[in-house]
Amino acid sequence: MNLHAINVIFAKEMARFFRTIVESLISPVISTSLYFVVFGAAIGSRIETVDGVSYGAFIVPGLIMLTVITQSVSNASFAINFPKFIGTIYELLSAPVGMAEIVIGYVGAAAVKSILIGLVILATAFLFVRVPIAHPVAMLALLALTSFSFSLFGFIIGIWAKDFQQLQLIPLLVLTPLIFLGGSFYSIDMLPGIWRTLALFNPVVYLMSVFRWSFFDTADVPVAVSLAAIALFVTVCLTAVWWIFRTGWRIRQ
Amino acid sequence: MPSIISVRNLTKTYTSGFEALKTINLEIEEGEIIALLGPNGAGKTTLISIICGIVQPTSGSVSVAGHDVVREFRASRALIGLVPQEIALEPFEKVLGTVSFSRGLFGKAPDPAHVEKVLKQLSLWDKKDSPIMPLSGGMKRRVLIAKALAHEPRVLFLDEPSAGVDVELRRDMWAVVSDLKAQGVTIILTTHYIEEAEAIADRVAVINKGEILLVEDKAALMKRMGQKRLQVELAEPLSAVPEALARHGLELGPEGRSVIYTYDTKGERTGIVTLLSDLRAAGLQMTDLSTEQSSLEDIFVGLVKERT
Repeated sequence: MNLHAINVIFAKEMARFFRTIVESLISPVISTSLYFVVFGAAIGSRIETVDGVSYGAFIVPGLIMLTVITQSVSNASFAINFPKFIGTIYELLSAPVGMAEIVIGYVGAAAVKSILIGLVILATAFLFVRVPIAHPVAMLALLALTSFSFSLFGFIIGIWAKDFQQLQLIPLLVLTPLIFLGGSFYSIDMLPGIWRTLALFNPVVYLMSVFRWSFFDTADVPVAVSLAAIALFVTVCLTAVWWIFRTGWRIRQ
Repeated sequence: MPSIISVRNLTKTYTSGFEALKTINLEIEEGEIIALLGPNGAGKTTLISIICGIVQPTSGSVSVAGHDVVREFRASRALIGLVPQEIALEPFEKVLGTVSFSRGLFGKAPDPAHVEKVLKQLSLWDKKDSPIMPLSGGMKRRVLIAKALAHEPRVLFLDEPSAGVDVELRRDMWAVVSDLKAQGVTIILTTHYIEEAEAIADRVAVINKGEILLVEDKAALMKRMGQKRLQVELAEPLSAVPEALARHGLELGPEGRSVIYTYDTKGERTGIVTLLSDLRAAGLQMTDLSTEQSSLEDIFVGLVKERT
């Protein structure tokens, strides 16, 4: 294992984040505040409580997930797609680094950024509502796990995408609907019959459910089922990355 | 000398079906400068890309200092520095940062003194805190060379090093190359400029259409393949080569003021003595003599033509 390589890749990626720290943090903070104004105050005042939690507090885990998932995917996909686009990937390909160094360096840095953004959103939320956190350790672990798994997913998209249009395609067409339909702003118990069954095919539902459990101690689906679903997602992504490195798909001719 | 790079029965066919390399065998000795000479599309870049790990071989094997480039890629790649043909640099990174990054990427602990030495050698030290983007093309190329040298490689690849390079950079670059050679670094350069191979290489491998046509010591190659031209200046211009001199196969120079005799330096008899006495017998007045060695370019053009 080439530890120096992990070190420089990680440091470079984090430096890119800190170089644009204001842009990186201000946009999630502003959009979170907007969601609070719209959903929490305007609409939320007409909804009493969901599962015994005030609507304003109920949407906090969903808001964090929404931003963490989209930021993870966009950060990780851009981080690997940009070198491919401008040609600097030659250096990465000719360097004594394998899957482990590249994944830890790029995906690790993207995940750490997302965790930081997630925590900033949580801090912003505290300004608006009182949010109970029933299982703080589990909450942090789930935040890290989500950041890592979706950064891994973003990394795959970044390798797959041949141009910037394709880079936007998956987040827009797949991710946004999955997140919005994944119970970010409602409990899936609120869905009518068939939609509730369909929702169970959406991986984000499991993530949302267990993340919300870490705040309010109630879940749409059993915690163990959620964890198994997340483990499956991570396994699929890791297998895909392993296959990419083994075959050189879209990176090595 | 032991070989540092062994290429055995290497082939490469791209997914498009293009056969870039057809059974390449090549041994590169430690410490030498070898030039891969060939026209555009000959397979030079494909060959070095496989050695560096950027392109996967279709069949055959390559080892660097005994390490297979596929199975033991960490060990083999750590020894190699590559200066690519195209300028590819991250525009927002700074010079010092990107060069230090390369060192770490290739598994070496930070060594500011070495990075400083490399930057100074390439006249980049005063630009160390500048972002890459505003630098001129020549400066960017210097940065690419600095990145390739940051981890003290034992083997350096220069892919078309003088494409679009000004005189000053070329001079600095060759100074760096001779310095590296003195340290025992093996240098492989690809070029389609024959003068470049002629000027700095110890050995030349001629590659065309995915095949190595020959690999030879540069001086020996020029000696073996070399032809010399003897030009005899005449006092009185000729309109045609006299009958009596026909057996020498002479050519008439400009305005008939000279005759040109082509001979092989590897031949036992060059025929110069007979020619000169025949010239005198024909009553021609000579005013001057000059000889000229054929360049690598003539040899190269001859070789490529011969095989096609």
